[in-house]
Amino acid sequence: MKLVLEGVQKRFGDRTVLAGVSLEVAEREVIAFVGSSGSGKSTLLRCVNLLEPIDDGRILLDGDDISVPGLAPDPIRRRIGMVFQSFNLFPHLSVVDNVALGPRKVLKVDKRTARERARELVARLGLADRADAFPDQLSGGQQQRVAIARSLAVEPEVMLLDEITSALDPELVGEVLDVVRELKSNGMTMILATHEMAFAREIADRVCFLHEGRILEQGAPEQLFTSPREPRTQQFLQRVIDSGRL
Amino acid sequence: MTRRLNNRRLSGRHLAGVATLALVLAACGGDDGDSSGDSPTETAAPAGDDCPTIADGVLTIATGEPAYSPWVENDAPESGEGFEAAVALAVAEELGYTGESVVWVRTTFDEAIQPGAKSFDFNLQQYSITPERAETISFSDPYYTTNQAIVALEGSPAIGAATSADLVDVKFGAQAGTTSLSFITDVIKPSNEPFVYDDNAGAKAALEAGQIDAIVVDLPTAFYIAAVEIDGASVIGQFPADAGGTTDEFGLVFEKDNPLVGCVNAALASLKESGELASIEQQWLSDKTGAPVITVG
Amino acid sequence: MNDLVPGASDHPGTSASTPPSNERMSPDGELTRRQLFERRQRRRSIAIAATSTIVVIAALVILVPKTPGWYKVRRSFFDGDVFGETFPLLLEAFVKNLQIFAWCTPVILVWGMFIAICRNVRTPALFPLRLFAAAYTDIFRGVPVILTILLIGFGVPGLGLTRPYNSPYLWGSVALILAYSAYVAEVFRAGIESVHESQRAGARSLGLSSTQTMRHVILPQAVRRVIPPLMNDLVSLQKDVALVSLIGPIEILRRAGIEKSKFANFTPYVGAAIIFLVLTIPETRFVDWLVARERRRTSGTTVR
Repeated sequence: MKLVLEGVQKRFGDRTVLAGVSLEVAEREVIAFVGSSGSGKSTLLRCVNLLEPIDDGRILLDGDDISVPGLAPDPIRRRIGMVFQSFNLFPHLSVVDNVALGPRKVLKVDKRTARERARELVARLGLADRADAFPDQLSGGQQQRVAIARSLAVEPEVMLLDEITSALDPELVGEVLDVVRELKSNGMTMILATHEMAFAREIADRVCFLHEGRILEQGAPEQLFTSPREPRTQQFLQRVIDSGRL
Repeated sequence: MTRRLNNRRLSGRHLAGVATLALVLAACGGDDGDSSGDSPTETAAPAGDDCPTIADGVLTIATGEPAYSPWVENDAPESGEGFEAAVALAVAEELGYTGESVVWVRTTFDEAIQPGAKSFDFNLQQYSITPERAETISFSDPYYTTNQAIVALEGSPAIGAATSADLVDVKFGAQAGTTSLSFITDVIKPSNEPFVYDDNAGAKAALEAGQIDAIVVDLPTAFYIAAVEIDGASVIGQFPADAGGTTDEFGLVFEKDNPLVGCVNAALASLKESGELASIEQQWLSDKTGAPVITVG
Repeated sequence: MNDLVPGASDHPGTSASTPPSNERMSPDGELTRRQLFERRQRRRSIAIAATSTIVVIAALVILVPKTPGWYKVRRSFFDGDVFGETFPLLLEAFVKNLQIFAWCTPVILVWGMFIAICRNVRTPALFPLRLFAAAYTDIFRGVPVILTILLIGFGVPGLGLTRPYNSPYLWGSVALILAYSAYVAEVFRAGIESVHESQRAGARSLGLSSTQTMRHVILPQAVRRVIPPLMNDLVSLQKDVALVSLIGPIEILRRAGIEKSKFANFTPYVGAAIIFLVLTIPETRFVDWLVARERRRTSGTTVR
């Protein structure tokens, strides 16, 4: 197993956001988390890459416990890449420098090589002509693709994608999803939190429905989307269908 | 009916406003006829009295804040203790003002010698009579002749100097705006610029901190500093009163062309003649003369 | 029937009765309706501004000299002879101000940055640093700079240092550095805190350490944001360098004061002010230009 979560719990003050999440993710597997806002999807991802410390439970990467309190997080975070809903690009750096920063500082690659590789990576994602532009000069879809390139540049083993198309105009969503498809075909292990049901259906090996901090139901997309077992899953899906997103 | 914004009307309103402003300025500038800085006439002296004071029946005397010994003791000039306090009260008595009809006020050293109307009849704070100052204020006749002296700590390179040439490498300090400072730059002419302070307190601190080798002040103040204010300091030399070509004399400071000057000069003359000025000097400044003389050359 | 004029100005009432603009299209036919409108607006504004400026200046130039005290005030503040005699001395003294400013400023920026970062450390082990930084800024912003200069400029040498280690230039500079770093630290701190937390999240997620994040992601953004208030503090410093005169050195304002006493005339201060302005105005324009250039380089379109 690449990534294992055992009974992960997370509280903010007296509010329990994750009430015991257990999950096994195999290498090359793509897991999609769906659920209403506030169900804990983002929190879960932030716990996996140690941006948030968990209150109980364990997280294992390749069998090693990475949730030990006091463990140095930086090497772990390099191995678990994260892409955010709001891109979080560094506005004072050009696209190439954004993507090259990680390799330079974390992988200790020299500046010239890092920038060359960054340029190649950015070109592969279709942004060769914007390589020297600055984030504020790009469209949302372009920025998100740069964000993905930036995460890929440090050669992660797992990618966490937190609602990466939620902030995008509909016509820009496609270009980002294309990139994710390519990541999957290259064998990247991924966990995505998403509202794009059609996409989750297409790309995920397994879909988990997160409700009130727990995985209420999980299964192959065909099975979960067409014949969910839990009533609440059905309610959720019904709402999604009604709003025209499935 | 639509209102059409008329360019000309807008500028016109604008111009009218500015013109009004201009008229107001002109009106303000217009009154108060003549311009020269005469003495304030609001409290005119009673007819026949040609020794007017700014406040009826009261003589207003000013000195520094604080006022230092031996010029004023305990910063209390009303007591008449201290050389300048005693001189001022003697002058006041000659003019017919005693006790409650003598009022003391305080000013800074600088503000008294700026041009303009004054809040006092006369001011005394060891003001040396200089032609530049005499352009903006009026001086009385001198009431004291002083000379510059040097205060230093043990081991100072200034010790043992016989002429000003021996002092050329000494690091001096003095109070800003004083004749002592001019004495340093114009007569002693050291090879490096002196350090300058707002008051003698700064100079004293610098001497104690070893940042300067010597302070130049008038002789009585030098003795006071050495005797009372700094441990281990002494007056290591004094210059002749006419060193540098001019004699340094103190005068009382008045607003420019104040007719009271004449009255005060008469009072001073009378005090000199009767020997009272000398005995005041003897009382307050007598033991302040025993430092080696340094000649200029 | 109301005609909505596009690109509406702040002058109400421009509207329906003006003829449709395509009738006023110039012969070359190139200017759009909006460009014509804007050009009209511009010309009108310039005309109004020029007229009123000229009238006010004329009023000042003609009327002020007619006031009764003008001659004396002019002589007191704007005396040509005194100006000529004192200006070279002022320039000479100003060199000291420049020197002190030149060596204090980099140290202030570095030390101030250090204090700001200390205030932001999150690891519990470094809590004493946080405390130190908070106490430091409280003390040195609270104590008047004059006191700091006197205390350190006279006090430290007074403990027994010998020349040249007791120089007022040295300890006066130290005092200025200690005092101004506190202000600059707060400016930097505001800048650091204004960088959104998500930037830190993005950086840490790549595996960058806390230090690397601060150095390559947070600080570059923070500093760019606080350049205006920082310039404020630096211009203020240039004037406060004059406080070193309290402990001896004859810098420009002290020189102006000495000359003022000598001539009983304030013109030397006007000379000093001119020298300051000749320095500070180009300096601030230059920094503005740098900032604008950076902004042009990195941003997209601006909203008008």
